[in-house]
Amino acid sequence: MASYEKLFDTLGLRTWCDAGATGGPMTLSELVSKAGGKTAEGEAIPFPSLDVLHKACGAFPRTRDMTAGLERFFLDVKDPIKVVLDPLTQPLSWALRNSIEVMQSLPWWAAIIILVAIAQFAGRRVGVTLFVLASFLGLAFIDHFGYAMETLAIILVCTVICVLIGVPIGIAMSRSNTLERWLTPVLDMLQTLPTFVYLIPLIFLFSVTEPKLYGIAIILYAIVPSIRLTNLGIRLVDGDVLEAADAFGMTSRQKLLRVQLPLALPNIMAGINQTIMLSLSMVVIASLVSAPGLGTLVLRGINKLELGVGLVAGLGIVVLAIVLDRVSRAALQRVNKMHQPGA
Amino acid sequence: MTESFVSIRNLYKIFGTNSMAMISRAKAGMHKADMLKEFGHVLGLRDINIEIKKGEITVIMGLSGSGKSTLIRHLNRLIDPTSGEVFVNGTDILKLDRRQLLHLRRTQMSMVFQKFALLPHETVLRNAGMPCSVRGEDGKKTEETARNWLHRVGLSGAEALYPHQLSGGMQQRVGLARALTSNSEVMLMDEAYSALDPLIRSSMQDLLLELQNDLQKTVVFITHDLDEALKIADHLVILKDGEIVQQGEPQYILLNPADPYIEDFVGDINRARVLRVRSIMTEVTTDDDGLEILDGDENLELAILRASGEADKTFAVHSDGMRVGTLRMTEVLKALVPAARRSATTKEGP
Repeated sequence: MASYEKLFDTLGLRTWCDAGATGGPMTLSELVSKAGGKTAEGEAIPFPSLDVLHKACGAFPRTRDMTAGLERFFLDVKDPIKVVLDPLTQPLSWALRNSIEVMQSLPWWAAIIILVAIAQFAGRRVGVTLFVLASFLGLAFIDHFGYAMETLAIILVCTVICVLIGVPIGIAMSRSNTLERWLTPVLDMLQTLPTFVYLIPLIFLFSVTEPKLYGIAIILYAIVPSIRLTNLGIRLVDGDVLEAADAFGMTSRQKLLRVQLPLALPNIMAGINQTIMLSLSMVVIASLVSAPGLGTLVLRGINKLELGVGLVAGLGIVVLAIVLDRVSRAALQRVNKMHQPGA
Repeated sequence: MTESFVSIRNLYKIFGTNSMAMISRAKAGMHKADMLKEFGHVLGLRDINIEIKKGEITVIMGLSGSGKSTLIRHLNRLIDPTSGEVFVNGTDILKLDRRQLLHLRRTQMSMVFQKFALLPHETVLRNAGMPCSVRGEDGKKTEETARNWLHRVGLSGAEALYPHQLSGGMQQRVGLARALTSNSEVMLMDEAYSALDPLIRSSMQDLLLELQNDLQKTVVFITHDLDEALKIADHLVILKDGEIVQQGEPQYILLNPADPYIEDFVGDINRARVLRVRSIMTEVTTDDDGLEILDGDENLELAILRASGEADKTFAVHSDGMRVGTLRMTEVLKALVPAARRSATTKEGP
């Protein structure tokens, strides 16, 4: 370690180093060495990391200072951001709270009838509809129906918002190569960021009691396939058909509504299916920040080591996932069939 | 009837990043192969001049890569030229703004595509009515027009079906009905029949000729098939490597090929079936020499049949009941041999 001190001495920066020296909190390794424990000292030339350089020259910040700086920055911009974001996201809170309330206030038989009717309408497959009926009756039998309804309400609201925002973004992306180039890394990041990390900046911004906190987390995570597959679907539309649309003098709006969106529909539906599945996986993690539903039971299972509660709730989520997947997939297949029954 | 409706003048199209700089080289006489080799630019079309007459079928023929599909897309500006002018009914369509161009495409031009390009999610009736609905016309009237044209192309009863439920030939009939529904003066047909099998192609050609007889549209037809071109063309344009090799009346091109490329091209066809009596007869107006009568529009095959082996027979050629010329069987036999072969043998002989 002495090597770096010498380096700063020979460069004549000693005074600059000492002038810039800051106290700051103690690092873990300092604590350990003070307690008489062994540290990693002894290496001839350690990697010149921030911590090592700080030891040799006080003007360098430590890594802890950097993360603390990021924290301070977040706290500083929090208020101005909140001014903009709060009213913008308020409808989300409202929608989530109300839909959960509606789902809860429905009598069990009405809820089941409505859900089964939706499944039948979307998929038009008797087998799928019967499976949906059996699943919900099963969940109700083991007293998980209320929790499942909460989860379902959250997914419903978030999926609708994802489609409302994601499809237009996908359309814009399909029309501009520049936008696609800029958005693709953002979407990549949203998809690869560990799901817990989403929650951290959101907890800073919103209070944990507000439903929009988990709503935003779910939407950010689940919106990606809606955007991506809308973009892809429109880009894959048969060039010959588009040329015909041009040749007969369609405006770009006519082309979008009459050619591009209908022909991209199978891909858009596949994107929505993915969005639903991702919302479901996020809604469990979002129970950490007070999202109600089956996720809270899983969390209880972990926190209090109630193995049975956690496992049964987990399996309930699996059942819900299968129900949502089968129904949306049946709807997708129906759309595909309308396009090419022969193929 | 022979007024020119669409004219293409000095049209050049060069594909590549620096097409504007290449244009002067093309104008100075550089051809496709050289430009590709030396500058990496593709010379799509070079100095195209065509007068397309109202009410005629103009066929643009060439092998793949000759630029024929590029050329037809200049007529409704699906492709913009690098340089040149395109006049439709007196207006230079290259000067039109976005809105005027849409109007042109909606009212003056319709197009039939090689791969049909129907909307797969709409019924046959909606597909056929597309040009009207794009123009925002009344739904009921559109439906009626579409139904009429579908009936006309022989698709009555298929209105509620979807395109994929039809065979290729029937799909192209929908494409044809769609073009007719637009009620435009010009019909662009881009290899419209190339994807169909021979028998269906032939019946579609007959359908086109039959419709043309009644409607007298200005048709621009693209094909790579010489037999098809000769069957339907009033005016034939032969393209090679983006340049016009020869254009004119098909019979004339057949009898007077401009260069070896066209000779090669026309070498393989059945001349007796394609050549008409009027193209090779000797013109006379004197009446009645007691000869057997033959119609000028008949092909040589029939003349040979009627001569039944008499090599020195002579026919009186009539057209619309009037005597127009005389046909000697010796002329018929000569015309059956392509010009290239003929000149080759005379050179060899004493």
